[in-house]
Amino acid sequence: MENYDLVIVGGGPAGLAAAISARKDGIDSILVLERDDRLGGILNQCIHNGFGLHTFNEELTGPEYAGRFISQLLDEKIEYRLNTMVMDISHERVVTAMNSKDGLFQVQAKAVVLAMGCRERSRGALNIPGYRPAGIYTAGCAQRLVNMEGEMPGKKVVILGSGDIGLIMARRMTLEGAKVEVVAELMPYSGGLKRNIVQCLDDFGIPLKLSHTVVNIEGKKRVEAVTIAEVGPDRKPIPGTEERYECDTLLLSCGLLPENELSKECGVEISRVTNGPVVNDSLETSVPGVFACGNVLHVHDLVDFVSMEAKNAGHYAASFIKNGGESDDKTIDVVCDGKVRYTVPQMIRPLDMEDTLTVRFRVANVYKSASVVVKAGGKELVRRRKQIMAPGEMEQVVLKKSDLADADKVEFGIEEA
Amino acid sequence: MEERHLTCIGCPMGCALTVTMDNGEVVSVTGNTCKRGDIYGRKEVTNPTRIVTSTVAVDGGKDAVVAVKTESDIPKGKIFDIVNALKGVRVKSPVHIGDVILKDVCGTGVDVVATRED
Repeated sequence: MENYDLVIVGGGPAGLAAAISARKDGIDSILVLERDDRLGGILNQCIHNGFGLHTFNEELTGPEYAGRFISQLLDEKIEYRLNTMVMDISHERVVTAMNSKDGLFQVQAKAVVLAMGCRERSRGALNIPGYRPAGIYTAGCAQRLVNMEGEMPGKKVVILGSGDIGLIMARRMTLEGAKVEVVAELMPYSGGLKRNIVQCLDDFGIPLKLSHTVVNIEGKKRVEAVTIAEVGPDRKPIPGTEERYECDTLLLSCGLLPENELSKECGVEISRVTNGPVVNDSLETSVPGVFACGNVLHVHDLVDFVSMEAKNAGHYAASFIKNGGESDDKTIDVVCDGKVRYTVPQMIRPLDMEDTLTVRFRVANVYKSASVVVKAGGKELVRRRKQIMAPGEMEQVVLKKSDLADADKVEFGIEEA
Repeated sequence: MEERHLTCIGCPMGCALTVTMDNGEVVSVTGNTCKRGDIYGRKEVTNPTRIVTSTVAVDGGKDAVVAVKTESDIPKGKIFDIVNALKGVRVKSPVHIGDVILKDVCGTGVDVVATRED
Protein backbone atom coordinates (compact mmCIF):
# COMPACT_ATOMS: atom_id res chain seq x y z
CA MET A 1 0.00 0.00 0.00
CA GLU A 2 1.23 3.49 -0.87
CA ASN A 3 1.15 6.35 1.63
CA TYR A 4 0.29 10.00 0.98
CA ASP A 5 -0.59 12.76 3.43
CA LEU A 6 -3.42 14.05 1.24
CA VAL A 7 -5.40 12.33 -1.50
CA ILE A 8 -7.73 14.49 -3.58
CA VAL A 9 -10.46 12.74 -5.53
CA GLY A 10 -11.08 14.74 -8.71
CA GLY A 11 -8.84 17.05 -10.77
CA GLY A 12 -11.44 19.65 -11.74
CA PRO A 13 -11.56 23.22 -10.42
CA ALA A 14 -12.25 22.08 -6.83
CA GLY A 15 -9.51 19.43 -6.71
CA LEU A 16 -6.94 21.75 -8.30
CA ALA A 17 -7.59 24.64 -5.88
CA ALA A 18 -7.62 22.30 -2.85
CA ALA A 19 -4.29 20.74 -3.88
CA ILE A 20 -2.57 24.08 -4.47
CA SER A 21 -3.84 25.46 -1.18
CA ALA A 22 -2.70 22.43 0.84
CA ARG A 23 0.75 22.67 -0.77
CA LYS A 24 0.98 26.36 0.17
CA ASP A 25 0.15 25.29 3.74
CA GLY A 26 3.22 23.06 3.73
CA ILE A 27 1.88 19.62 2.74
CA ASP A 28 4.49 17.92 0.52
CA SER A 29 2.87 14.57 -0.04
CA ILE A 30 -0.24 15.15 -2.17
CA LEU A 31 -1.84 12.92 -4.83
CA VAL A 32 -4.66 14.07 -7.15
CA LEU A 33 -6.68 11.30 -8.81
CA GLU A 34 -8.58 12.21 -12.00
CA ARG A 35 -10.72 9.86 -14.11
CA ASP A 36 -10.52 11.90 -17.35
CA ASP A 37 -7.47 12.03 -19.63
CA ARG A 38 -6.60 15.59 -18.52
CA LEU A 39 -6.93 17.94 -15.57
CA GLY A 40 -9.51 20.75 -15.48
CA GLY A 41 -12.77 18.79 -15.34
CA ILE A 42 -15.87 20.14 -17.03
CA LEU A 43 -14.21 23.55 -17.61
CA ASN A 44 -12.47 22.04 -20.65
CA GLN A 45 -15.75 21.92 -22.55
CA CYS A 46 -17.11 25.26 -21.27
CA ILE A 47 -15.53 27.34 -24.03
CA HIS A 48 -17.73 30.42 -23.42
CA ASN A 49 -16.40 33.41 -21.51
CA GLY A 50 -17.46 34.75 -18.12
CA PHE A 51 -15.27 32.71 -15.77
CA GLY A 52 -12.93 34.26 -13.23
CA LEU A 53 -14.41 37.74 -12.72
CA HIS A 54 -14.06 37.33 -8.94
CA THR A 55 -10.76 35.41 -8.92
CA PHE A 56 -8.73 37.10 -11.68
CA ASN A 57 -10.74 40.28 -12.34
CA GLU A 58 -11.08 39.34 -15.98
CA GLU A 59 -13.45 37.29 -18.09
CA LEU A 60 -11.84 34.02 -19.08
CA THR A 61 -13.19 31.00 -20.93
CA GLY A 62 -13.45 27.68 -19.05
CA PRO A 63 -10.25 26.10 -20.41
CA GLU A 64 -8.31 29.33 -19.75
CA TYR A 65 -9.57 29.45 -16.15
CA ALA A 66 -8.60 25.79 -15.62
CA GLY A 67 -5.26 26.48 -17.32
CA ARG A 68 -4.33 29.07 -14.70
CA PHE A 69 -4.80 26.51 -11.90
CA ILE A 70 -3.17 23.66 -13.83
CA SER A 71 -0.02 25.81 -14.32
CA GLN A 72 0.13 26.45 -10.58
CA LEU A 73 -0.28 22.73 -9.87
CA LEU A 74 2.56 21.91 -12.27
CA ASP A 75 4.76 24.70 -10.82
CA GLU A 76 4.19 23.23 -7.37
CA LYS A 77 5.11 19.78 -8.75
CA ILE A 78 2.00 18.24 -7.22
CA GLU A 79 1.58 14.58 -8.19
CA TYR A 80 -1.48 13.52 -10.14
CA ARG A 81 -2.68 10.42 -11.97
CA LEU A 82 -5.00 10.65 -14.99
CA ASN A 83 -7.38 8.04 -16.42
CA THR A 84 -7.68 6.84 -12.83
CA MET A 85 -10.97 5.81 -11.34
CA VAL A 86 -11.40 5.81 -7.57
CA MET A 87 -13.41 2.71 -6.60
CA ASP A 88 -13.65 3.09 -2.84
CA ILE A 89 -12.71 5.28 0.10
CA SER A 90 -12.74 3.49 3.45
CA HIS A 91 -13.73 5.02 6.77
CA GLU A 92 -10.02 4.78 7.70
CA ARG A 93 -9.10 6.75 4.56
CA VAL A 94 -7.72 3.93 2.44
CA VAL A 95 -8.37 4.97 -1.15
CA THR A 96 -8.75 2.15 -3.69
CA ALA A 97 -8.33 3.18 -7.33
CA MET A 98 -7.46 1.72 -10.70
CA ASN A 99 -6.03 2.67 -14.08
CA SER A 100 -4.61 0.75 -17.04
CA LYS A 101 -0.97 1.37 -16.03
CA ASP A 102 -0.90 0.64 -12.28
CA GLY A 103 -3.86 -1.72 -12.23
CA LEU A 104 -5.70 -1.75 -8.92
CA PHE A 105 -3.87 0.11 -6.16
CA GLN A 106 -4.46 1.34 -2.62
CA VAL A 107 -3.30 4.51 -0.92
CA GLN A 108 -3.43 5.20 2.81
CA ALA A 109 -4.14 8.93 3.24
CA LYS A 110 -3.96 11.03 6.40
CA ALA A 111 -6.71 13.22 4.91
CA VAL A 112 -8.95 13.00 1.85
CA VAL A 113 -10.63 15.84 -0.07
CA LEU A 114 -13.75 14.86 -2.00
CA ALA A 115 -13.86 16.93 -5.21
CA MET A 116 -15.81 14.70 -7.60
CA GLY A 117 -18.17 17.40 -8.87
CA CYS A 118 -21.68 16.69 -10.09
CA ARG A 119 -23.56 15.21 -13.02
CA GLU A 120 -26.62 16.20 -14.98
CA ARG A 121 -30.15 15.07 -14.27
CA SER A 122 -30.91 12.67 -17.12
CA ARG A 123 -34.16 11.77 -18.86
CA GLY A 124 -34.51 8.72 -16.66
CA ALA A 125 -34.42 10.92 -13.58
CA LEU A 126 -37.05 13.28 -15.05
CA ASN A 127 -39.76 10.80 -16.06
CA ILE A 128 -40.58 12.43 -19.40
CA PRO A 129 -43.33 10.52 -21.26
CA GLY A 130 -43.10 9.44 -24.90
CA TYR A 131 -40.90 7.25 -27.07
CA ARG A 132 -37.22 6.71 -26.39
CA PRO A 133 -35.52 7.47 -29.72
CA ALA A 134 -31.99 8.73 -30.41
CA GLY A 135 -31.59 12.50 -30.28
CA ILE A 136 -32.18 13.13 -26.57
CA TYR A 137 -29.08 14.50 -24.86
CA THR A 138 -28.25 16.30 -21.66
CA ALA A 139 -27.02 19.81 -22.49
CA GLY A 140 -23.57 19.00 -21.13
CA CYS A 141 -23.29 15.91 -23.32
CA ALA A 142 -24.16 18.03 -26.38
CA GLN A 143 -21.60 20.60 -25.19
CA ARG A 144 -18.87 17.97 -25.15
CA LEU A 145 -19.84 16.71 -28.62
CA VAL A 146 -19.76 20.21 -30.15
CA ASN A 147 -16.87 21.79 -28.27
CA MET A 148 -14.43 18.88 -28.01
CA GLU A 149 -15.39 16.25 -30.54
CA GLY A 150 -16.49 18.68 -33.26
CA GLU A 151 -19.81 16.87 -33.84
CA MET A 152 -23.26 18.45 -34.10
CA PRO A 153 -25.93 16.47 -32.21
CA GLY A 154 -28.78 17.75 -34.44
CA LYS A 155 -30.25 20.48 -36.61
CA LYS A 156 -33.63 21.39 -35.10
CA VAL A 157 -33.58 21.59 -31.36
CA VAL A 158 -35.99 21.91 -28.42
CA ILE A 159 -34.46 22.52 -24.99
CA LEU A 160 -36.14 21.54 -21.72
CA GLY A 161 -34.90 23.45 -18.67
CA SER A 162 -33.38 26.91 -18.53
CA GLY A 163 -30.26 26.06 -16.56
CA ASP A 164 -27.16 27.90 -17.66
CA ILE A 165 -25.72 25.00 -19.67
CA GLY A 166 -28.96 24.77 -21.68
CA LEU A 167 -28.92 28.52 -22.38
CA ILE A 168 -25.25 28.41 -23.38
CA MET A 169 -25.95 25.47 -25.69
CA ALA A 170 -28.93 27.28 -27.28
CA ARG A 171 -26.46 29.94 -28.46
CA ARG A 172 -23.72 27.48 -29.36
CA MET A 173 -26.00 25.28 -31.48
CA THR A 174 -27.42 28.40 -33.20
CA LEU A 175 -23.93 29.66 -34.06
CA GLU A 176 -23.10 26.23 -35.51
CA GLY A 177 -26.12 26.41 -37.81
CA ALA A 178 -28.87 24.62 -35.87
CA LYS A 179 -32.34 26.10 -35.33
CA VAL A 180 -33.31 26.21 -31.68
CA GLU A 181 -37.10 26.32 -31.65
CA VAL A 182 -37.85 26.97 -27.99
CA VAL A 183 -36.59 26.66 -24.42
CA ALA A 184 -39.26 25.33 -22.03
CA GLU A 185 -38.89 25.82 -18.26
CA LEU A 186 -41.11 24.04 -15.73
CA MET A 187 -40.77 26.73 -13.08
CA PRO A 188 -42.28 30.25 -13.35
CA TYR A 189 -38.72 31.67 -13.25
CA SER A 190 -35.53 30.74 -15.06
CA GLY A 191 -32.83 28.67 -13.40
CA GLY A 192 -30.13 30.50 -15.37
CA LEU A 193 -28.36 33.83 -15.02
CA LYS A 194 -30.08 36.91 -16.54
CA ARG A 195 -27.02 37.61 -18.58
CA ASN A 196 -27.32 34.21 -20.28
CA ILE A 197 -31.00 34.72 -21.04
CA VAL A 198 -30.23 38.01 -22.79
CA GLN A 199 -27.02 36.99 -24.55
CA CYS A 200 -27.92 33.39 -25.43
CA LEU A 201 -31.68 33.60 -26.13
CA ASP A 202 -32.78 37.23 -26.72
CA ASP A 203 -29.77 37.95 -28.97
CA PHE A 204 -30.93 35.17 -31.31
CA GLY A 205 -34.69 35.51 -30.96
CA ILE A 206 -35.09 32.14 -29.19
CA PRO A 207 -38.33 32.07 -27.14
CA LEU A 208 -38.24 31.10 -23.44
CA LYS A 209 -41.53 29.62 -22.23
CA LEU A 210 -41.78 29.65 -18.44
CA SER A 211 -44.20 27.27 -16.66
CA HIS A 212 -43.97 24.81 -19.58
CA THR A 213 -42.79 21.22 -19.79
CA VAL A 214 -42.42 18.40 -22.30
CA VAL A 215 -45.50 16.15 -22.42
CA ASN A 216 -44.64 13.97 -25.42
CA ILE A 217 -41.69 12.84 -27.53
CA GLU A 218 -42.41 11.38 -30.97
CA GLY A 219 -40.17 9.27 -33.21
CA LYS A 220 -39.12 5.64 -33.03
CA LYS A 221 -35.54 5.75 -34.34
CA ARG A 222 -34.78 9.44 -34.04
CA VAL A 223 -36.70 12.28 -32.37
CA GLU A 224 -39.29 13.62 -34.85
CA ALA A 225 -41.30 16.02 -32.69
CA VAL A 226 -41.64 17.22 -29.12
CA THR A 227 -44.86 18.50 -27.57
CA ILE A 228 -44.74 21.00 -24.73
CA ALA A 229 -47.64 22.26 -22.58
CA GLU A 230 -48.17 24.94 -20.00
CA VAL A 231 -48.27 23.84 -16.35
CA GLY A 232 -50.43 25.22 -13.54
CA PRO A 233 -49.27 26.23 -10.06
CA ASP A 234 -49.28 22.48 -9.19
CA ARG A 235 -46.75 22.01 -12.03
CA LYS A 236 -49.15 19.65 -13.83
CA PRO A 237 -49.79 20.15 -17.59
CA ILE A 238 -52.94 22.15 -18.47
CA PRO A 239 -54.98 20.27 -21.13
CA GLY A 240 -55.49 22.28 -24.31
CA THR A 241 -52.22 24.21 -24.05
CA GLU A 242 -50.13 21.68 -26.01
CA GLU A 243 -47.83 22.93 -28.76
CA ARG A 244 -46.02 20.52 -31.09
CA TYR A 245 -42.55 21.29 -32.42
CA GLU A 246 -41.03 19.25 -35.25
CA CYS A 247 -37.39 18.69 -34.33
CA ASP A 248 -34.64 16.06 -34.33
CA THR A 249 -33.07 16.85 -30.97
CA LEU A 250 -34.15 17.42 -27.37
CA LEU A 251 -31.59 18.85 -24.95
CA LEU A 252 -32.12 18.55 -21.19
CA SER A 253 -30.85 21.22 -18.83
CA CYS A 254 -32.79 20.30 -15.72
CA GLY A 255 -30.38 20.58 -12.85
CA LEU A 256 -27.22 19.03 -11.51
CA LEU A 257 -26.73 16.33 -8.88
CA PRO A 258 -23.62 16.07 -6.69
CA GLU A 259 -21.88 12.78 -7.40
CA ASN A 260 -21.62 11.14 -3.98
CA GLU A 261 -21.54 7.38 -4.56
CA LEU A 262 -18.01 7.19 -3.10
CA SER A 263 -18.93 9.44 -0.17
CA LYS A 264 -21.93 7.27 0.76
CA GLU A 265 -19.87 4.06 0.62
CA CYS A 266 -17.37 5.76 2.90
CA GLY A 267 -20.11 6.41 5.44
CA VAL A 268 -20.31 10.17 4.92
CA GLU A 269 -23.63 11.66 6.01
CA ILE A 270 -25.44 13.22 3.01
CA SER A 271 -27.84 16.18 3.20
CA ARG A 272 -31.25 15.49 1.66
CA VAL A 273 -31.44 19.11 0.51
CA THR A 274 -28.04 19.64 -1.14
CA ASN A 275 -27.46 15.94 -2.03
CA GLY A 276 -23.91 16.62 -0.83
CA PRO A 277 -22.10 15.81 2.42
CA VAL A 278 -23.11 17.52 5.67
CA VAL A 279 -20.02 19.49 6.72
CA ASN A 280 -18.83 21.66 9.61
CA ASP A 281 -17.05 25.02 9.45
CA SER A 282 -13.82 23.29 8.31
CA LEU A 283 -15.69 21.58 5.44
CA GLU A 284 -15.05 18.25 7.18
CA THR A 285 -17.70 15.58 6.64
CA SER A 286 -19.10 13.23 9.29
CA VAL A 287 -16.08 10.97 8.64
CA PRO A 288 -13.01 12.43 10.39
CA GLY A 289 -10.28 13.55 7.99
CA VAL A 290 -12.57 13.47 4.95
CA PHE A 291 -13.30 16.96 3.57
CA ALA A 292 -15.53 18.08 0.68
CA CYS A 293 -15.64 21.08 -1.65
CA GLY A 294 -17.03 22.26 -4.97
CA ASN A 295 -20.03 20.79 -6.75
CA VAL A 296 -19.83 17.47 -4.90
CA LEU A 297 -20.65 19.44 -1.74
CA HIS A 298 -23.40 21.62 -3.25
CA VAL A 299 -23.98 22.86 -6.80
CA HIS A 300 -22.47 26.31 -7.40
CA ASP A 301 -23.41 28.88 -10.08
CA LEU A 302 -19.92 30.37 -10.40
CA VAL A 303 -16.63 28.50 -10.56
CA ASP A 304 -14.98 31.36 -8.67
CA PHE A 305 -16.89 30.30 -5.54
CA VAL A 306 -15.87 26.67 -6.12
CA SER A 307 -12.22 27.74 -6.15
CA MET A 308 -12.60 29.81 -2.98
CA GLU A 309 -14.37 26.98 -1.13
CA ALA A 310 -11.81 24.41 -2.33
CA LYS A 311 -8.96 26.64 -1.20
CA ASN A 312 -10.48 26.51 2.30
CA ALA A 313 -10.93 22.72 2.12
CA GLY A 314 -7.25 22.34 1.21
CA HIS A 315 -6.28 24.60 4.09
CA TYR A 316 -8.41 22.71 6.64
CA ALA A 317 -7.20 19.32 5.36
CA ALA A 318 -3.61 20.59 5.81
CA SER A 319 -4.23 21.59 9.42
CA PHE A 320 -5.89 18.22 10.08
CA ILE A 321 -2.75 16.50 8.75
CA LYS A 322 -0.44 18.72 10.82
CA ASN A 323 -2.41 18.86 14.09
CA GLY A 324 -4.60 15.78 14.03
CA GLY A 325 -8.31 16.20 14.04
CA GLU A 326 -9.23 15.29 17.59
CA SER A 327 -11.42 17.97 19.11
CA ASP A 328 -13.55 18.10 22.23
CA ASP A 329 -15.38 21.11 20.94
CA LYS A 330 -19.15 21.02 20.83
CA THR A 331 -20.89 21.36 17.49
CA ILE A 332 -23.95 23.54 16.92
CA ASP A 333 -26.40 23.33 14.02
CA VAL A 334 -27.17 25.98 11.45
CA VAL A 335 -30.98 25.94 11.15
CA CYS A 336 -32.89 27.21 8.08
CA ASP A 337 -36.45 28.62 8.12
CA GLY A 338 -37.49 27.02 4.82
CA LYS A 339 -37.28 30.28 2.90
CA VAL A 340 -33.56 29.79 3.25
CA ARG A 341 -33.41 26.32 1.73
CA TYR A 342 -29.97 25.28 2.91
CA THR A 343 -26.64 26.54 4.19
CA VAL A 344 -23.09 25.23 3.79
CA PRO A 345 -21.71 24.49 6.31
CA GLN A 346 -24.63 22.94 8.18
CA MET A 347 -22.69 22.76 11.48
CA ILE A 348 -20.29 25.06 13.30
CA ARG A 349 -17.74 24.39 16.08
CA PRO A 350 -17.99 27.72 17.90
CA LEU A 351 -14.67 27.29 19.79
CA ASP A 352 -12.53 25.64 17.07
CA MET A 353 -13.73 27.75 14.14
CA GLU A 354 -11.51 30.43 12.61
CA ASP A 355 -12.20 34.10 13.40
CA THR A 356 -14.60 34.50 10.50
CA LEU A 357 -16.66 32.00 8.52
CA THR A 358 -18.33 32.48 5.14
CA VAL A 359 -21.69 30.70 5.10
CA ARG A 360 -23.14 30.15 1.62
CA PHE A 361 -26.86 29.56 1.14
CA ARG A 362 -29.72 29.42 -1.32
CA VAL A 363 -33.28 30.65 -0.99
CA ALA A 364 -36.33 28.55 -1.90
CA ASN A 365 -38.21 31.11 -4.00
CA VAL A 366 -37.89 34.55 -5.58
CA TYR A 367 -38.00 37.20 -2.79
CA LYS A 368 -38.13 40.91 -3.57
CA SER A 369 -37.23 43.61 -1.03
CA ALA A 370 -36.70 41.03 1.70
CA SER A 371 -34.04 40.74 4.41
CA VAL A 372 -31.63 37.96 5.29
CA VAL A 373 -31.68 37.64 9.07
CA VAL A 374 -29.18 35.55 11.06
CA LYS A 375 -29.73 34.99 14.80
CA ALA A 376 -27.74 33.15 17.47
CA GLY A 377 -27.79 33.06 21.25
CA GLY A 378 -30.80 35.42 21.37
CA LYS A 379 -28.98 38.07 19.32
CA GLU A 380 -29.50 39.24 15.78
CA LEU A 381 -26.10 38.90 14.09
CA VAL A 382 -26.93 39.92 10.54
CA ARG A 383 -29.83 41.80 8.94
CA ARG A 384 -29.26 42.57 5.30
CA ARG A 385 -31.93 43.89 2.99
CA LYS A 386 -31.72 42.66 -0.61
CA GLN A 387 -33.56 44.06 -3.59
CA ILE A 388 -33.94 40.55 -4.93
CA MET A 389 -32.96 36.99 -4.04
CA ALA A 390 -33.56 34.03 -6.35
CA PRO A 391 -32.97 30.26 -6.07
CA GLY A 392 -30.55 30.43 -9.01
CA GLU A 393 -28.18 32.84 -7.27
CA MET A 394 -26.13 31.67 -4.29
CA GLU A 395 -25.96 34.13 -1.38
CA GLN A 396 -23.40 34.43 1.40
CA VAL A 397 -22.89 36.03 4.81
CA VAL A 398 -19.79 36.19 6.99
CA LEU A 399 -20.15 35.17 10.66
CA LYS A 400 -17.73 36.12 13.44
CA LYS A 401 -16.42 33.63 15.99
CA SER A 402 -16.84 36.22 18.75
CA ASP A 403 -20.62 36.25 18.10
CA LEU A 404 -21.06 32.49 18.47
CA ALA A 405 -19.30 31.60 21.74
CA ASP A 406 -22.54 31.14 23.76
CA ALA A 407 -24.84 30.06 20.96
CA ASP A 408 -26.59 26.69 20.95
CA LYS A 409 -27.66 27.11 17.30
CA VAL A 410 -27.49 29.61 14.44
CA GLU A 411 -30.76 30.48 12.68
CA PHE A 412 -30.94 31.63 9.05
CA GLY A 413 -34.17 33.18 7.79
CA ILE A 414 -35.78 35.54 5.28
CA GLU A 415 -38.11 38.31 6.49
CA GLU A 416 -40.40 39.71 3.83
CA ALA A 417 -41.47 43.34 3.97
CA MET B 1 -39.04 58.91 -31.42
CA GLU B 2 -38.18 55.21 -31.28
CA GLU B 3 -38.57 52.86 -28.30
CA ARG B 4 -36.38 49.83 -27.60
CA HIS B 5 -37.31 47.22 -25.00
CA LEU B 6 -34.48 45.41 -23.20
CA THR B 7 -33.89 43.20 -20.16
CA CYS B 8 -31.18 44.51 -17.88
CA ILE B 9 -28.41 41.97 -17.15
CA GLY B 10 -26.98 43.82 -14.12
CA CYS B 11 -28.53 41.48 -11.51
CA PRO B 12 -31.19 38.74 -11.15
CA MET B 13 -33.91 41.41 -10.96
CA GLY B 14 -33.85 41.66 -14.77
CA CYS B 15 -35.62 45.03 -15.01
CA ALA B 16 -37.64 45.56 -18.19
CA LEU B 17 -36.00 48.66 -19.66
CA THR B 18 -37.54 51.02 -22.17
CA VAL B 19 -34.96 53.11 -23.99
CA THR B 20 -36.39 56.07 -25.93
CA MET B 21 -34.28 57.27 -28.84
CA ASP B 22 -34.43 60.22 -31.19
CA ASN B 23 -32.28 60.07 -34.34
CA GLY B 24 -29.93 57.53 -32.73
CA GLU B 25 -29.54 59.62 -29.57
CA VAL B 26 -30.75 58.19 -26.26
CA VAL B 27 -33.44 60.48 -24.82
CA SER B 28 -34.32 58.44 -21.73
CA VAL B 29 -34.06 55.06 -20.01
CA THR B 30 -37.05 54.01 -17.89
CA GLY B 31 -38.02 50.86 -16.00
CA ASN B 32 -34.63 50.53 -14.30
CA THR B 33 -34.34 50.26 -10.52
CA CYS B 34 -30.74 51.40 -10.21
CA LYS B 35 -28.01 53.21 -12.11
CA ARG B 36 -26.64 50.02 -13.64
CA GLY B 37 -29.82 49.71 -15.72
CA ASP B 38 -29.34 53.19 -17.13
CA ILE B 39 -25.73 52.51 -18.11
CA TYR B 40 -26.55 49.11 -19.63
CA GLY B 41 -29.54 50.49 -21.58
CA ARG B 42 -27.53 53.33 -23.14
CA LYS B 43 -24.60 51.08 -24.14
CA GLU B 44 -26.82 48.31 -25.47
CA VAL B 45 -28.76 50.54 -27.91
CA THR B 46 -25.82 52.64 -29.11
CA ASN B 47 -22.90 50.20 -29.20
CA PRO B 48 -23.77 46.60 -28.24
CA THR B 49 -20.68 44.36 -28.15
CA ARG B 50 -19.96 40.72 -27.37
CA ILE B 51 -17.03 38.31 -27.05
CA VAL B 52 -17.43 35.50 -29.61
CA THR B 53 -16.32 32.01 -28.55
CA SER B 54 -16.23 29.06 -30.92
CA THR B 55 -14.02 26.20 -32.12
CA VAL B 56 -11.82 25.50 -35.15
CA ALA B 57 -10.68 22.14 -36.51
CA VAL B 58 -7.29 20.93 -35.30
CA ASP B 59 -5.15 18.23 -36.93
CA GLY B 60 -3.03 15.89 -34.85
CA GLY B 61 -4.38 17.07 -31.50
CA LYS B 62 -6.06 15.28 -28.64
CA ASP B 63 -9.49 16.61 -29.67
CA ALA B 64 -11.13 17.17 -33.05
CA VAL B 65 -11.46 20.91 -32.42
CA VAL B 66 -9.68 23.56 -30.39
CA ALA B 67 -11.52 26.32 -28.51
CA VAL B 68 -11.07 29.95 -29.64
CA LYS B 69 -12.36 33.44 -28.79
CA THR B 70 -12.14 37.00 -30.04
CA GLU B 71 -9.45 38.61 -27.93
CA SER B 72 -11.78 41.51 -27.06
CA ASP B 73 -15.39 42.64 -27.65
CA ILE B 74 -16.64 42.89 -31.22
CA PRO B 75 -19.82 44.62 -32.48
CA LYS B 76 -22.84 42.39 -31.85
CA GLY B 77 -23.87 42.58 -35.53
CA LYS B 78 -20.67 40.80 -36.60
CA ILE B 79 -21.18 37.61 -34.54
CA PHE B 80 -22.34 35.43 -37.47
CA ASP B 81 -19.73 36.85 -39.88
CA ILE B 82 -17.00 35.87 -37.43
CA VAL B 83 -18.37 32.39 -36.78
CA ASN B 84 -18.61 31.83 -40.55
CA ALA B 85 -15.06 33.11 -41.09
CA LEU B 86 -13.87 30.44 -38.62
CA LYS B 87 -15.70 27.58 -40.36
CA GLY B 88 -12.96 26.88 -42.93
CA VAL B 89 -10.01 27.36 -40.59
CA ARG B 90 -7.82 24.32 -39.79
CA VAL B 91 -4.83 24.47 -37.49
CA LYS B 92 -2.09 21.97 -36.63
CA SER B 93 -1.30 20.70 -33.15
CA PRO B 94 0.41 21.85 -30.97
CA VAL B 95 -1.79 24.86 -30.20
CA HIS B 96 -1.31 26.85 -27.00
CA ILE B 97 -3.60 29.19 -25.09
CA GLY B 98 -3.18 32.67 -26.56
CA ASP B 99 -1.90 31.56 -30.01
CA VAL B 100 -3.37 33.80 -32.75
CA ILE B 101 -5.64 31.69 -34.96
CA LEU B 102 -7.01 34.44 -37.25
CA LYS B 103 -5.71 38.03 -37.38
CA ASP B 104 -8.06 41.02 -37.64
CA VAL B 105 -11.19 38.89 -38.05
CA CYS B 106 -13.78 40.40 -40.46
CA GLY B 107 -12.07 43.78 -40.37
CA THR B 108 -12.84 44.30 -36.68
CA GLY B 109 -9.19 44.85 -35.78
CA VAL B 110 -9.59 42.03 -33.25
CA ASP B 111 -7.64 38.75 -33.39
CA VAL B 112 -9.12 35.32 -32.74
CA VAL B 113 -6.94 33.42 -30.25
CA ALA B 114 -6.85 29.84 -28.94
CA THR B 115 -8.27 29.24 -25.46
CA ARG B 116 -7.35 25.58 -24.99
CA GLU B 117 -4.14 23.58 -25.28
CA ASP B 118 -4.23 20.91 -27.98
